[in-house]
Amino acid sequence: MPILEGQGVTKYFGGLAAVFNVDFHVEQGEALGLIGPNGAGKTTLFNLISAALAPKSGEIRFKGRNITGLAPFKICRMGVARTFQTVKVFADMPVLNNVVLGAYFGMSPGMASADAIREATSILEFVGLSAVKATPAKDLTLANQKRLEVARALATRPELLLLDEIMAGLNATEVAEAMKLVARIRSQGITVIMIEHVMKAIMSVCDRIMVLHHGAKLAEGTPTEIATSKEVIRVYLGERKHAGS
Amino acid sequence: MKTPVKKYVSFIALITLLALLVGVPGYMPSYTVILITNILMHVVLTLSWAIFSGPTGYISLASAAFFGTGVYASALLSSSLPLPIVIVIGGCASFILAFLVGSLTLRLKGMYFTMFTFGLVELVRNSLHWWEVNITGTVGRLIISADNKHIFYCMVGIFVSVLLISYLIKRSRFGLALESIGQSEEAAAHSGVNVTRVKAVTFAVSAFFMGAAGVTMSMRWTYIDPTTAFNIQFSFMPVLMAIFGGMGHLYAPITGATLFSLLEELLTTKFPYYYMLIFGLIMLAVIRFMPHGLEGGIEKWRKRVEKESPVKT
Repeated sequence: MPILEGQGVTKYFGGLAAVFNVDFHVEQGEALGLIGPNGAGKTTLFNLISAALAPKSGEIRFKGRNITGLAPFKICRMGVARTFQTVKVFADMPVLNNVVLGAYFGMSPGMASADAIREATSILEFVGLSAVKATPAKDLTLANQKRLEVARALATRPELLLLDEIMAGLNATEVAEAMKLVARIRSQGITVIMIEHVMKAIMSVCDRIMVLHHGAKLAEGTPTEIATSKEVIRVYLGERKHAGS
Repeated sequence: MKTPVKKYVSFIALITLLALLVGVPGYMPSYTVILITNILMHVVLTLSWAIFSGPTGYISLASAAFFGTGVYASALLSSSLPLPIVIVIGGCASFILAFLVGSLTLRLKGMYFTMFTFGLVELVRNSLHWWEVNITGTVGRLIISADNKHIFYCMVGIFVSVLLISYLIKRSRFGLALESIGQSEEAAAHSGVNVTRVKAVTFAVSAFFMGAAGVTMSMRWTYIDPTTAFNIQFSFMPVLMAIFGGMGHLYAPITGATLFSLLEELLTTKFPYYYMLIFGLIMLAVIRFMPHGLEGGIEKWRKRVEKESPVKT
């Protein structure tokens, strides 16, 4: 049974179908890449899974249970955590407290404060932010803020992690570090869906890739299949003659 | 960072303050007792307002609705029940009103929430007015008042409770959740915080103390009607006082409300015709030169001093 599956998921913004009749599934322990041109509906799909938005129609099931229309905090407590495309850290709070919050209210609410702090500290070490744990989150670099979001999400003890462009705006070194981080998260048995524009990253990190275009699913397959699919190259990477010139 | 020594000092200061307060009716003239009761009322309103609006950044103008609910609870019950019990009942009535209203409207953000809370005061006041005129056939009500000393001690009791609750909330995971809501509500929700409930409960807790203050203050009035009980001034005062004092530390709203009330008292007695004008000018000066209130000014000054003479820690 897939850990997450969606059937006929549809969302309109006004008359525009942001996500239209999309079926998807993610297997336990898998890393699924979600790509597509700007406005293809990738983030909207994340918002639908994490219940930031409610779909107009369709059904989303997590571990076989219908989670469509549940409140976001409930979905988080069931084991689905996410990061945000535009970072949403708790700016004035110290880095440590950003993560402690996730530990307090995530999958195992009611955790003793000493445990939550210990947990948060070890997660900060895991993502490499130990040195700045007392710094207000707003004073971090973009790369570190993105890592902090990952840390906060991990603190909720997710089984499924939705990463929304954690590599956008990072330099080559930072991208390499972020890729390593994703690999280490996967090695903990956490299932990952990631939206990314950094092709090198998505090709090497993901087991499978799904391509969205104008809100609909255009293609799905292994990185090699996607990289060689004529249709994907046409809509996403551009016509060959343009791309090659 | 709060060092243990600092904590110790503020604890001692607090105990001294309370000891002095408890003794006040013993050695002060009744004018001073009334003045301090009045100051404490403003402190209670400001602190309880800051419990919710401080960390979340939701600016509520509903304080008068909860204060007035307390006043009316007192009008209905004070003749048959002892004051402390009426205070608890008045507080609970405000708590319930705030919880219901909060659950329904805390989805509104920013200006919309503020405007709604402003409207709530008018709604409650006018509904009550209609009810009194058409159903019960009265315009105002008499309150069996208590003596000044009794009122004073009740207000001190409410002050201590609101201070204690503010402190506990600030230190708890609940307080952390509130703070996270203020910083990014969306991220808080996706980190497992039940934002709607946290907001509604906190809004209601803050309303409890406003209602309690309303019951106690009504004892000083003997006659009330919807216009005096739901005076919109009780909505604006806590906001202004919190701006004046600051909201980061607990001492800030206390200091702000105290100085503000004293200033108001001084201006109304010495310059009755110009008091609003002078008041407005002072407010403008504070916002211009200390955008984070007295607290912000003090922090800035302290940082400058520390820079000039670096202290080893």
